[in-house]
Amino acid sequence: METINSEIFTLMYGSIVRQLITDLEDITEVNKQLDTMGYNIGVRLIDEFLAKSRTAACTDFRDSTEKVAKVGFRMFLNTTANVTNWNPEGTECSLVLEDNPLTDFVELPEGCSKLKYCNVLCGVIRGALEMVNVQVECDFAKDTLRGDELNEIRLKLISEGTEAYPFKDDD
Amino acid sequence: MERPRRTCAETCLELLSLQIVHYYAGQNQAPLAASTEAIGFRVGRQLAERCTWDRPRLVDQLDVMKFICKEFWIELFQKQVDNLRTNHRGTFVLKDANFRWLSKLSSDLPAPEKADATEQNAGPVANDSMPSRPAANEAAQDYLHLPCAIIRGALTHLGLPCTVSADASALPACDFTINIRAG
Repeated sequence: METINSEIFTLMYGSIVRQLITDLEDITEVNKQLDTMGYNIGVRLIDEFLAKSRTAACTDFRDSTEKVAKVGFRMFLNTTANVTNWNPEGTECSLVLEDNPLTDFVELPEGCSKLKYCNVLCGVIRGALEMVNVQVECDFAKDTLRGDELNEIRLKLISEGTEAYPFKDDD
Repeated sequence: MERPRRTCAETCLELLSLQIVHYYAGQNQAPLAASTEAIGFRVGRQLAERCTWDRPRLVDQLDVMKFICKEFWIELFQKQVDNLRTNHRGTFVLKDANFRWLSKLSSDLPAPEKADATEQNAGPVANDSMPSRPAANEAAQDYLHLPCAIIRGALTHLGLPCTVSADASALPACDFTINIRAG
């Protein structure tokens, strides 16, 4: 796996967020756009994940989230997340990021309190999981940039499809 | 002194840059060139600052250029510039024989948006038997605003305000022409 100095990535991301705020002039729109970009990245990132992670197929949602947190974050951002706060049904959980390279050097100015700076991550997770038939809703629930004590991404399972083949058995 | 190096996958940066180009190409509110330039310019300045904070000041124009061609280029594109030429009057041409950020750009497929226009305008060019080449250069231009602006940002930060343009008509090679503003 080719790696680069993550400062470049962090600076680039920061500069993009700043530009979107300038161009869109509406924080809600910026959040939405970051999520969409993330989604588009996720649907492509999953290819690389499947090609290079050498992990076995996920058995259930619990397993999928562990893979995202432990293998995915490690592979691409060189950090890991912890999966916690499961609801009793096992359909909702939180990814807690202790160390988030995206927020290196970042401080939110006044007036940006509604900005979900790392919303791109939600989009990436949603897009990547959708490609393996797991539909999730993803939201940045807690954010150290906005004064929370940790970074928490809340995942909610919508549906989990088994592999459906588009062909019929023609006997 | 080595700075502690934190790494991430190159794919992340690649896909992010791609997304930003596609986003600005697909909407009319803000022009692609201006917005991606602004993004790159900031990155260039900040990166140049972070690459040079622990070294003596680069005084000479040529020293700055050498720094850009070696350390800075390696940091960004994982390799050095292959060839540096100058007319000694403020114009420099940096030749990268295998420009990393365009290495995955297919030369057969025109970029979105400008596809039709470029196909029509791409007239025959001397010494160029492949008709797709000028089209490829046109297509590549959308993706070159970002690296050009990063280089311009870095040079500006190091005291050399300039303009930077790129020519990618011979992919995967790419030439960057830098004109230092006299001042």
